[in-house]
Amino acid sequence: MHSELKLDIKSNKVMIIKGLYKSFADNHVLNDFNLELVRGESVVVLGKSGSGKSVLIKCIIGLIKPDKGSIHIFGHNIPDLDHDELDQIRAKVGFLFQSNALYDSMTVRENLEFPLRRHCLEVSQKEVDKMVISALEDVGLAHTIDMMPVELSGGMRKRVALARTLILKPEIILYDEPTTGLDTITSKEIIELMVEIQQKYKTTSLIISHDMNCVRMASDRVVMLIDGKCYASGTYKEITQSVDPKVKLFFE
Amino acid sequence: MSIKSDLRSFLTLNGELFRFSLRFFRHGLNPPFEFSEFLKQCYVIGYKSLPLIGLTAFIMGLVLTMQLRPSMADYGVEAQLPAIVAIAVIREVGPVITALIFAGKIGSSIGAELGSMKVTEQIDAMEVSGTNPFKYLVATRVLACTLMLPVLVMLGDAVSLYGAYLGVNIHSNTSFILYWTQVFDNLVFGDVLPAFTKSFFFGFAVGIIGCYKGYNSSKGTEGVGRSANSAVVVSSVLIFVIDLLAVQVTDILGY
Ligand SMILES: Nc1ncnc2c1ncn2[C@@H]1O[C@H](COP(=O)(O)OP(=O)(O)O)[C@@H](O)[C@H]1O
Ligand SMILES: [Mg+2]
Repeated sequence: MHSELKLDIKSNKVMIIKGLYKSFADNHVLNDFNLELVRGESVVVLGKSGSGKSVLIKCIIGLIKPDKGSIHIFGHNIPDLDHDELDQIRAKVGFLFQSNALYDSMTVRENLEFPLRRHCLEVSQKEVDKMVISALEDVGLAHTIDMMPVELSGGMRKRVALARTLILKPEIILYDEPTTGLDTITSKEIIELMVEIQQKYKTTSLIISHDMNCVRMASDRVVMLIDGKCYASGTYKEITQSVDPKVKLFFE
Repeated sequence: MSIKSDLRSFLTLNGELFRFSLRFFRHGLNPPFEFSEFLKQCYVIGYKSLPLIGLTAFIMGLVLTMQLRPSMADYGVEAQLPAIVAIAVIREVGPVITALIFAGKIGSSIGAELGSMKVTEQIDAMEVSGTNPFKYLVATRVLACTLMLPVLVMLGDAVSLYGAYLGVNIHSNTSFILYWTQVFDNLVFGDVLPAFTKSFFFGFAVGIIGCYKGYNSSKGTEGVGRSANSAVVVSSVLIFVIDLLAVQVTDILGY
């Protein structure tokens, strides 16, 4: 059997990314990217489409291997971990996919049960039911439990995906463009929900976005991803007042 | 598209497919095996294909018999009709037609299913949920295809021969018992075994190609359609290639 990984969950810096590089052939997507995430904060990484935001977040969760650099989460360098070790980190790090990634062939209940059954093998059916319902209540969708994903609207699907991410009570949640493809009103609801969850469970959030509402409402700190680097960072207010032409482009 | 680039993509496909199959044999069958997903796939892939396979097999047996009759009557060997149809169905037509129908139905659906799971990040989602998607999705489907197709071929053969019985009886009056006695008198173990064996390979080919095409689907809905389509095309061609190899092997072994 695999060894138990010692996770340094109590540490103040939950994630430290240093000198991250990733290219696809001649396309240098990440070029010396650095970022530190402090416990309980909510950081938005802002970048235009195709700037490598998804690549960054997939490196963090271990779906893409970076060419160079380190990503320490709870004291472990993600690129160095084997499969079993990675699974132990992933149980503590939630990931909300841009396209929700709900399993089409499963009901909402089965979708939520899936990560639970996979990560925590010893829970009883009763506990599973309780956790599924409580996660759905957190996102206000307890009545959809027996529906199929295709029967849900875009906003509801996003909420169910969020519930599936929440069900393991993650310490860190990574959001990949949580509002893309939703109308303004639904986007706002989703962002409010994200803030609510952040406060309720004291999670640390890393939000990837190009949506200004998201930046304004959900960020303690903003990081600009430009040319594969952490180009500028600061609070929403500081960033909006920046005189750098590349940064200003986002606020016109 | 030049011939050179076509050749290159053909060779790349072969190499990649080989690597994908190797991964199946090396890691796909290791514990923990996803047994409940495997059973579900056996149901979907095997049981749900029964009506289609049954219908096509029935028609094929009937038509084959009706087509053969006039020539056989010309040579005065009409009485041998059950024997000749039985050999044709069991040795060649049954396995190949069943496998082709199977490729059309199951190969395309696996290609499309895994392809859409790929482009909507469901495969990534499985990976971050502590599940090995290769084992969960690929190994179960490939194994289910490999084991279900031979069963479908056998059932299809039986239905075909029943269709052939009706075909024989359109112009003559052969009793059910006499027909089956004639069929079995002319079939030997050497007819059944190679056909049965090659259908495992047909099933494996359909499963592995459907999974490979879906698993490596390119972004966008167009990519999903292309995966489903090329899963059918490639596996159908491969079925004939395997058939060609199988006949050489049985020839050498003297069956
Ligand atoms: N698997 C891949 N293979 C090749 N190129 C990729 C791959 N994934 C992403 N890219 C490239 O990396 C760049 C950044 O993509 P992505 O991170 O998805 O952008 P976004 O910031 O919109 O999320 C794009 O130019 C894309 O073409
Ligand atoms: Mg993206």
